[in-house]
Amino acid sequence: MSAPRKTRPAVHAPLPHDSSERHVRGDALYVDDLPEPRDLLHAFVRLSERAHARILRLDVGPVPGSPGVAAVMTASDLRHGNAIGPAFPWDPVFADGTVEYFGQSLFAVAADTVENARRAAQRAVVEYEDLPAILTIEEALAQGSFVLPTEVMRRGDPPAALARSPRRLSGRLHMGGQDHFYLEGQVAMAIPREGGALHVFSSTQAPTEVQHLVARTLGKAYGEVTVEVRRLGGGFGGKETQAALIAVIAAQLADRTGRPVKLRLDRDDDMLLTGKRHDFLVDYDVGFDGAGRILGLDLVLASRCGISADLSGAVNDRAMLSADNCYWLPHLSVTSHRCRTNTVSNTAFRGFGGPQGVMAIEWVVDEVARALGKDPLQIRRRNLYGTRTRNTTPYGMRLDENPMPAILSELERSASYAARRKQIAAFNAASRFSRRGLALTPVKFGISFTATHMNQAGALVHVFTDGSVQLSHGGIEMGQGLHVKVAQVVADELGVGIDRVRVMATSTEKVPNTSPTAASTGSDLNGKAAEAAARNIRRRMARLAAGHLGGRPSAAVFEGGSVRIGRRAMPFAAVAKLAHVERVSLSSTGFYRTPLVHWDRGTFRGRPFYYFAWGAAVSEVEIDLLTGEYRVVRVDILHDCGGSLNPAIDRGQVEGGFVQGMGWLTTEELWWDPKGRLATHAPSTYKIPACSDVPEDFRVTLRLDEGNRLPTVRRSKAVGEPPVMLAISVFHALKDAVAASADHRASPRLDAPATPERVLLAVEELRQRLAAPPPETSR
Amino acid sequence: MPAGIRFLLDGKVRELDGIDPTWTVLDWLRGEERRCGSKEGCREGDCGACTVVLAELHRGELRYRAVNACILFVPALDGKALLTVESLSSPGEALHPVQAAMVECHASQCGFCTPGFVMSLLALYESEPAPSRERVNEVLAGNLCRCTGYRPIVEAAGRAFERGGGPRLAAHQAALAAQLFAIARTGTLVVEGAGRRLFAPRTADALADLLLEHPEAHILAGGTDVGLQVTKQHRELHTLVSLGAVEELSEAVRTRTHVEIGAAATYTDALAVLSGPFPSLAALVRRIGSQQIRNTGTLVGNVANASPIGDTMPALLALGASAVLRRGADRREIPLDDFFLAYRSTALQRSEFIERIRLPLPRPGLRFATYKVSKRRDQDISAVCGAFAVTLERGRVREARLAFGGMAATPRRAVACEAALLGKPWTEETVASVLPVLDGEFQPLSDMRASAAYRTLVARNLLRRFQAEAT
Repeated sequence: MSAPRKTRPAVHAPLPHDSSERHVRGDALYVDDLPEPRDLLHAFVRLSERAHARILRLDVGPVPGSPGVAAVMTASDLRHGNAIGPAFPWDPVFADGTVEYFGQSLFAVAADTVENARRAAQRAVVEYEDLPAILTIEEALAQGSFVLPTEVMRRGDPPAALARSPRRLSGRLHMGGQDHFYLEGQVAMAIPREGGALHVFSSTQAPTEVQHLVARTLGKAYGEVTVEVRRLGGGFGGKETQAALIAVIAAQLADRTGRPVKLRLDRDDDMLLTGKRHDFLVDYDVGFDGAGRILGLDLVLASRCGISADLSGAVNDRAMLSADNCYWLPHLSVTSHRCRTNTVSNTAFRGFGGPQGVMAIEWVVDEVARALGKDPLQIRRRNLYGTRTRNTTPYGMRLDENPMPAILSELERSASYAARRKQIAAFNAASRFSRRGLALTPVKFGISFTATHMNQAGALVHVFTDGSVQLSHGGIEMGQGLHVKVAQVVADELGVGIDRVRVMATSTEKVPNTSPTAASTGSDLNGKAAEAAARNIRRRMARLAAGHLGGRPSAAVFEGGSVRIGRRAMPFAAVAKLAHVERVSLSSTGFYRTPLVHWDRGTFRGRPFYYFAWGAAVSEVEIDLLTGEYRVVRVDILHDCGGSLNPAIDRGQVEGGFVQGMGWLTTEELWWDPKGRLATHAPSTYKIPACSDVPEDFRVTLRLDEGNRLPTVRRSKAVGEPPVMLAISVFHALKDAVAASADHRASPRLDAPATPERVLLAVEELRQRLAAPPPETSR
Repeated sequence: MPAGIRFLLDGKVRELDGIDPTWTVLDWLRGEERRCGSKEGCREGDCGACTVVLAELHRGELRYRAVNACILFVPALDGKALLTVESLSSPGEALHPVQAAMVECHASQCGFCTPGFVMSLLALYESEPAPSRERVNEVLAGNLCRCTGYRPIVEAAGRAFERGGGPRLAAHQAALAAQLFAIARTGTLVVEGAGRRLFAPRTADALADLLLEHPEAHILAGGTDVGLQVTKQHRELHTLVSLGAVEELSEAVRTRTHVEIGAAATYTDALAVLSGPFPSLAALVRRIGSQQIRNTGTLVGNVANASPIGDTMPALLALGASAVLRRGADRREIPLDDFFLAYRSTALQRSEFIERIRLPLPRPGLRFATYKVSKRRDQDISAVCGAFAVTLERGRVREARLAFGGMAATPRRAVACEAALLGKPWTEETVASVLPVLDGEFQPLSDMRASAAYRTLVARNLLRRFQAEAT
């Protein structure tokens, strides 16, 4: 067992997750596991059963008479406003007058048990008058229904470039959304404290935002509300803004009754009520030459945002900023429509628009290759950004580095791409009902919040007189190993073993005014802030040690649990004790703001990202031509983690992100019935990858040799989101296998998620298309 | 004999009396005991975060089986030992090899699913030799993880066996067996509370009598479906008669002519006798639900439930199975063909129950296969399920039984297509020629699992596959 050793530096070591032992023992506590206060009430939220309707009657009169009920609350009870939202206060806590989507919160009940609350809620009488509902992107586009204005990012002269291109293709791709399916559903427990204060335990990625919204909707000062988060049972973006509604309802009921209130959504309600990854419709018009070089591209991205903006502005911005992926597109226009529909308001999801943008361009590049009858890898390579020239993004950011040509070559070699192409061709020629497909796709992903001001973080470090350390920072531990990474940084900064550093629950009381833990920035921002805090304390301790041991403070070395100057040393704990005696503070805050980033949203120009994370994957799949079922035979990944803070944790992010991305593009299908009701609202109907879906042969290599060129924390690179997009290789391998069913004579039409059904229907469509006389001359 | 439910937890006998018999084990653990290691992820037996292990005496042997606590009613614990993640080790104590391997392999991230994985692997570790990758997939199919991508968990499964040094619970086995023996019950368990009651008789006669006495009762077998009526549909079930403790119905046996599966035999029990004569059906059963579901759910329950997408029925129909029905002292045996009347409606009379299913052993010359097609390979509900049994004589079809699930309101045979095949040579061309007949026999639905067009196409293609494979 790789137990942490006191004498070795912690950073760059594959240390286990700091809670791993508690995870396996089952004593890691999540909000619903916390000791329940004696007079705790349980809340239940009743959801709407119409996609769009006028509420003719909402009579909660019979509710309070039901056993155990302490309070019932509707929109009219929210005296300080019913609207919440991260960027725009557009999201109603409770439907008011109309319901805007199937599953919207109507009202809440607090009772002694969840069952009693649920039973009571059913007693309310709700009458609706249906209104016309806009459910799909196509309907929204046709009716001009948008949550935010359409944006356009442009470089060069795309119409002219398209007009003079020797070859031209246009088409459409639809990609579905994705439910986060964090294993721990949304939950919050609000506890009234003295003097009108509230303490809220929330499963949120954004404690500051929860604090603000709870305070605002109660007419309290931010300082009267404390939000505390020990850990999340998964977040993936789904608890960035969506957790606020849950916490606000719990807090409102707690404030009203003066009693602690817990609201935990069951899985079905969670999936109906809370937002998901945006589905996208992509229309493209691409011009290219005979070598496959893209000369001009007009890309139109339309996304389903649901009833409100939530984070849709930023999500769609990132989709636009990711639509170049690794490719030099000299004449490019990206139009982004943010469609308003009568469906749940879509939100952040790992990748945050990036996966959709990358999917769009990868589809286009693949189509170009297939139109030319070339191996898509060849065309991908041909269009890559340059290293000295052709290396400015459409938004005017010059790439500091471009490792992609090298990554592609390394991966092509290590995955035996060329040899396997041949093997696959032979396999396909010999198979009756099976076809294999292969694809290599690259990823470049921008690291930073595009909202520049969010790129800041704080931390608080205490050293105690026995040498033990408490670390608080603004980041949320949701499984990604943020806490152990930041603790590794602090342990090394103070030269103590990782076992001496205890990471405290994240609380707005310890570190205020934080950004959500999102955009892959958790360890970049909080690691730097914690490093700064620890460094302050170290400086003070170094002065003391120098006074005691002789020598200059700058010569003090903190290592292996002691402080050494020259040949003299004393234990770290002794220096800590000395500090107390000498009346020197052993506590410090730390702060970090990401340098260099700036962004002008008006012109879509600037440097929205501090740097980029890079990676690529090769996937091989086998499809069944009779049923469309498939399996992922082998996956090779090469991913750039800079000077990884913890390669074991980073590998976990790469593998986990890949499989999650694979789910998005394969079996995870959100299905709404014609009335706008989500029918896939539990794991019985919504299928995330299971154990047997993992690639049979899964080879992951982290590219660790080169540290980040920029002075990030210990030269590491963010790794949370980028691997999701590595899974696009699986989608393209499926497409390749479908194409193989027709001997690659035409390009398949395949939307995402590529369920077995879509794969089989794509095989059939291809067969029928090729059987029919060609509608246009191709090749 | 005391009236209350008696079971073992951490070596202590626990007695629960006067409780709501539809209280789930998970709610009892988390709500009453505040034993919060077992998590609620879905409340429908699909995510495995609530996985616990039941130890029970089976023919004198201790047997460990992973089950979903979220849909298991507390009375099902009667006479068994319950193990939760807290049972394995206390803080400060050494970790169980499965736990230690999980830590070493970085197999937890957010940790919420982890106790469930630990318990699934525990049941495996304590009962079986080092598993193949396939077996690990099978055992973990019912545990969802959203963070890790499973690779490190699969690795941990192997690592546990490498480092473990054999079953850990074996040391306490004799003591546990003695305790279980001591709490074994002979009479009917009656649980009454919260205005609801449950009877768990020990004999088929007592069961038959209870159903006569309580014709309104819901019959509870493994509870993998009835549980959902409580946890998902929030229905109030007032009277339940459980047949899970009727030992004589828990048998799955192979006679000279038949495989007979009793009403209380779980899928796991049934698998043992199906694998020999019906490998294709056994392979399909291994894809029903998850290990946890197969450890509680019953094949007869699948039939009685009469869902149009129940996975075993097409095979049973194709193989000409029959059901032995019992009401009071009266028994009748009817072919399954006559059992499914309409959507979720069966030939069962009031107070009548299926005692067992009888499946004739394949005669020489019978070609049989069953196929399940679903969005996800494991632990998913079929879009289409097909089962085909064809007997050939000199290359021609003498008898054909083709049955489908997911194509109509009930599992159903394609009788016109069967008739069209009779006497014809068993060739690709023949099958191609009858496909239009097959198309005409079904008008499947479009829903979240599949479109009508896909179902129709797959039904055809499964028959084509069968012909290609069964020549």
